[in-house]
Amino acid sequence: MGGTAHDAIVVGGGLVGSAIALGLADAGLSVTLLDEGDVALRASRGNFGLVWVQGKGLPLDGYAPWTRRSSDLWPDFADRLTGETGREIDYQRQGGFHLCLNEEELQARALLIKRLHNQAGPDGYDCRVLDRDDLRQSLPGIGDAVVGGTFCPYDGCVNPLALLQALHAAGQKCGVTYLPGRRVDRIEGSGTCFAVRSGAEIHRADRLVLAAGLANRPLGAWIGLDVPVSPERGQVLVTERAQPWLDLPTTYVRQMKEGSVLLGDSHEDVGFDTGTTVAVTGDIATRALRTFPALAHLRVVRTWGALRVMTPDGCPVYDESDAHPGAYAVSCHSGVTLAAAHANVLAPAIADGSFRNIFAGFTGRRFDVSAH
Amino acid sequence: MFRRIDDAVRPAGITIWFEGQSLHAQAGDSLAAALLIHDAGAFRTTPVSGAPRAPYCLMGVCFDCLVEVDGVPNRQACMIEVRDGMQVRRQHGPAGVADDG
Repeated sequence: MGGTAHDAIVVGGGLVGSAIALGLADAGLSVTLLDEGDVALRASRGNFGLVWVQGKGLPLDGYAPWTRRSSDLWPDFADRLTGETGREIDYQRQGGFHLCLNEEELQARALLIKRLHNQAGPDGYDCRVLDRDDLRQSLPGIGDAVVGGTFCPYDGCVNPLALLQALHAAGQKCGVTYLPGRRVDRIEGSGTCFAVRSGAEIHRADRLVLAAGLANRPLGAWIGLDVPVSPERGQVLVTERAQPWLDLPTTYVRQMKEGSVLLGDSHEDVGFDTGTTVAVTGDIATRALRTFPALAHLRVVRTWGALRVMTPDGCPVYDESDAHPGAYAVSCHSGVTLAAAHANVLAPAIADGSFRNIFAGFTGRRFDVSAH
Repeated sequence: MFRRIDDAVRPAGITIWFEGQSLHAQAGDSLAAALLIHDAGAFRTTPVSGAPRAPYCLMGVCFDCLVEVDGVPNRQACMIEVRDGMQVRRQHGPAGVADDG
């Protein structure tokens, strides 16, 4: 049979797979990370880079505390990544805003935050609803169209491309073998060993983690897992670099440390099309201009589309295969926010076998229709 | 360092202003070419490290020829044709966002 043997194989070199590979290596496993290559859809290379807490949680009970936990782990995680790799990732956690442009939006937002407070119970859910005067204290540049918004002190942001580089670099320093250009063609499980074929190569391990984004659906079939993920396109606009002007991120406008301003937060169901459209980029720009009129001074230099990895309820799906114990699928659209928890909590649970108990609430079986 | 390939071809001369100094140019010149002929040196400094930059690709791709033209920051000198009386300044780092930027 032959093939290269490892303790664990992670399929997918994006933010989710790289974070898990790092965490498995920390736990002392020999890890090989198989990354597809430039043809991959790569949500990790198209996202907005928010480390975000507010608004997340419903309807899955465990999701809000899981997000908050990762947010709390992030400061040390960021220090560690930069310390070990020398790569600045421009992480900050000074709070963030969601801004509303009419009363209806604001009321819906306030209701969502109230429900999240109730769901969180005594642990609290520290997110405040602000009127326009409150907002102007922190964001003097908002336009007259902004009627209010919400603020959460745990929100933050990072440079997502630098984060991906740092995760790869840290993983390789900790012994992860990174293999790019390895599209996985076939997975065979026998007993507790998995053989992963990529072209002429075979890689073997007794633990297998699928972290391949939208490809988790077809790959999951090899290990008996139904992974319910589907693409949701977001389009992003980036401006020329500008002087520091917006200290804190918002859900749809943020300024990168190096000066460019990202505008985004569209949601479309267009299959696997990663293109951009004038209609949607126009809507994004219009909303951004109504929110921050001074943006009219900046030129947009590039736009792109990327596909979120969406689950039916928008919350992560974590599963270990019943048919093939030792094979896992990790799917979520919050690879940035959850990176710290994936490396520090989820990966160790895979390494020590406690995954199934700890993450029972995140199983994809929650979507099964009961047939009593 | 730079000179015109064919000095015999001389369309009407015009005047542009670079950092307050008048420079001779010819109608049809790109702004980048007109400045290069006068050894204008660095056109801009980068927003991140402040390193000096001058035109590189001269075809609209590299954005290293950015200058301020008639008060508008971050214009690509290689993609703009000179115009009589044009006021040009070096682009120092990033543009401002505020109205007075």
